[in-house]
Amino acid sequence: MLIQEGAAAAFHPQIAGPASFAVRNLWLVPAVPIVAAGVIALLKQPRRKLSAGLAIGSLGFSMLLAFVAFAHVAAGWASGVAVRETVNFTWIQAGTASVALGWVLDPLSAVMLVMVTFVGLLIFIYSTGYMAHDENFTRFFCFLSLFAGAMLGLVISNSILLLFMCWELVGLTSYLLIGFWYHKPSAAAAAKKAFMTTRVGDVLFLLGMVWLFAQTGTLLFYNNGAGSMEGWALGGLISAHAGLGLTAAGAIGLLIFAGAVGKSGQFPLHVWLPDAMEGPTPVSALIHAATMVAAGVYLVARVYPLMQAGAAANGTTTALIVITWIGSITAVFAALIAIAQNDIKRILAYSTVSQLGYMMAGLGIGGVAVGMFHLITHAFFKSLLFLGAGSVIHGCHEEQDVRHMGGLKAYMPWTFATYAIAMLALCGFPLLFSGFWSKDAILESAKGWEISKGPYYLLVFGAVLTAFYMTRQVSYVFFGKWRGHHPAHESPRVMVLPMAILALFAVLLGLIGTPAWPWFRSFLEGHGAEANLSVFGEPAFLMLLGTSCIVVFLGIGIAWWLYGNRSPAAEEPDALEKAVPLVWAGLRDRLYVDEFYDVTVIAFYRAWARVANWLDRRVWGGIVAGVALAFRGLAHLDRLIDESWVNGGFDKGCEELSTGGGLLARMQTGRVQTYLRLLALAFVVLAAILIWSSRP
Amino acid sequence: MTPLAGYLLVAALLFAIGLGGALIRRNAILVLIGIELMLNAANLNLIAFWRYGPHPEALTGMMFAIFSIAVAAAEAAVGLGLIISIYRHAQTTDLDRINRMKG
Repeated sequence: MLIQEGAAAAFHPQIAGPASFAVRNLWLVPAVPIVAAGVIALLKQPRRKLSAGLAIGSLGFSMLLAFVAFAHVAAGWASGVAVRETVNFTWIQAGTASVALGWVLDPLSAVMLVMVTFVGLLIFIYSTGYMAHDENFTRFFCFLSLFAGAMLGLVISNSILLLFMCWELVGLTSYLLIGFWYHKPSAAAAAKKAFMTTRVGDVLFLLGMVWLFAQTGTLLFYNNGAGSMEGWALGGLISAHAGLGLTAAGAIGLLIFAGAVGKSGQFPLHVWLPDAMEGPTPVSALIHAATMVAAGVYLVARVYPLMQAGAAANGTTTALIVITWIGSITAVFAALIAIAQNDIKRILAYSTVSQLGYMMAGLGIGGVAVGMFHLITHAFFKSLLFLGAGSVIHGCHEEQDVRHMGGLKAYMPWTFATYAIAMLALCGFPLLFSGFWSKDAILESAKGWEISKGPYYLLVFGAVLTAFYMTRQVSYVFFGKWRGHHPAHESPRVMVLPMAILALFAVLLGLIGTPAWPWFRSFLEGHGAEANLSVFGEPAFLMLLGTSCIVVFLGIGIAWWLYGNRSPAAEEPDALEKAVPLVWAGLRDRLYVDEFYDVTVIAFYRAWARVANWLDRRVWGGIVAGVALAFRGLAHLDRLIDESWVNGGFDKGCEELSTGGGLLARMQTGRVQTYLRLLALAFVVLAAILIWSSRP
Repeated sequence: MTPLAGYLLVAALLFAIGLGGALIRRNAILVLIGIELMLNAANLNLIAFWRYGPHPEALTGMMFAIFSIAVAAAEAAVGLGLIISIYRHAQTTDLDRINRMKG
């Protein structure tokens, strides 16, 4: 192993004690943005500044709290304690069964909280510039705030039910934001597609959750030894058999992973993610690159004890093997498609799918730390890429086709500089960028995998493709001659500044995960980290570095040779298209996955819909019409009775009442003094009677 | 005749005058004045019964009267306000001509 396995022994777990300040108030992290979303929802359209201020302020507050929580966990780590604090409570009590919710603070959730709040805040700030001219500005920030709150809730939840609720909430906000410009039919369709595709995974996730509850009797992950991710429950799950050679743990793990496949856009449920780019670009950056799509990866990391339960001698389980293969296949599959796309955001979307595949493969092979490290670094540079793409689209007057751009490095120097940094980080450019360290950790563990070398070769091939399609995109967009109509312009400062900060982190984040000082890994796994520069001299590291260099330079080199500085006219066929037209057509049409679904799943549903339609119109409709006819007959009979008998008597009664009322009304003169006089007279009479009756 | 009987007679007289004014006068303001007279007759009774009652040192009657005067002041303000708005509406304070509540 290249990474030193724990210079110190594993930390002792935390002894249960009174809850610390950080964990007691952790619920505020998601609650504040959700409340802010509620308040913004009540604001009127023109209150732009207030709504943006509320959203940014609430997320800023959450970020401060997240930093407090992170500092608490880090302080525990520094003193040799693996912090895992929970707050659990009963939500519903029905007889002896109870539904428990709760939240947890451990290194995993702390890291995720800091990433989500930090990246989220920068994207919120960027959005004030990007959406400045949109008439539905307040609605946008309402949804964005709701998303942030739900995502943070997902991160901290200690109950699989609470996690599922937040999971569905982020799905809802994703739907709302993809369809934000709902007047565009394509956006409305993309929103629907995203919602329904992820639903397939969610149903399986729900099944897994119910099964887990039935087997372990608890919804909590960690509960002082009684949670479903702790020894006792896992022991029960391993010993129960689920058929097909799986233990219950493996089957439940696979079902939960199916949810992650839907949410994280893994093959074969990746089809919604590229279409989700119909939403505003900050949404693509925040939800469909940095945070929500990473929720699937986070979920797998959260239930990792379950995935790993009952591991064989080679340290892996069926669930982990499936995760690895799905991840590796997705990584290459999406990278291939990304080569032949011309929409700037679609290229990035397929790249996101591919990188999520890397994360899944990292989880499957190398464990939580490897997958999560790539998740965190990817969140920074991919959101930066999307913000850069947004800036380009903004500067090019809503143009998204890379063939109509070109030479932008002269018009948009800031965007170009930050975009180039993010692109190099994504390609895994050696040594300098965070993406290199996180991708190398995955490749390194894939190389040492005992089951098969397949994923390693797939992932290396994927890395070549990544370098290739990113170089192709950058040369189309930033190099060559300007091919658009109106000259482009640089974006306002409020958009450039968040990009610059993200670029800084796209470089610096690598420092916490190098093999010489694997702080991130030690932090997540709970053992000490020691700086050890001699790792850089080891042959294993140098070999890996060599492989990486070859991979990256091969990808960049081929792409530069094909596209660099050529600036072909927009109508001219692509360089690859000229060489291999058939392959190109297949890749351009996204390898026909959508078409495949069209002729299978959707055709099936259409046929069923036709049958249901026929049943509805002919069978059920006939019955309903018959009943309706019978009631109409009855109604006619009723009317006859009403008109001939009932009405006559009623009319007579009404006439009498009316005359009586007329007579009584004469008594009301309307003169106050008449009333008073009568009152006085009555009083005198009353007094006389009283005196008369009480005489001796 | 005891002093108490004298006070009660004066109060009864005052009440009768007030009642007569309220019943006979057509001008709304004069009716209001009549009502005030009746109120004051009641106040006089309160004071008299207290003063010649079994516990003249307890100040109860005086408190009653002060409360009643305060309430009467508020009532007069409300009544005048009503009359003014009725006048603005109907251009008259003649009660016989204000008969829009006629059935």
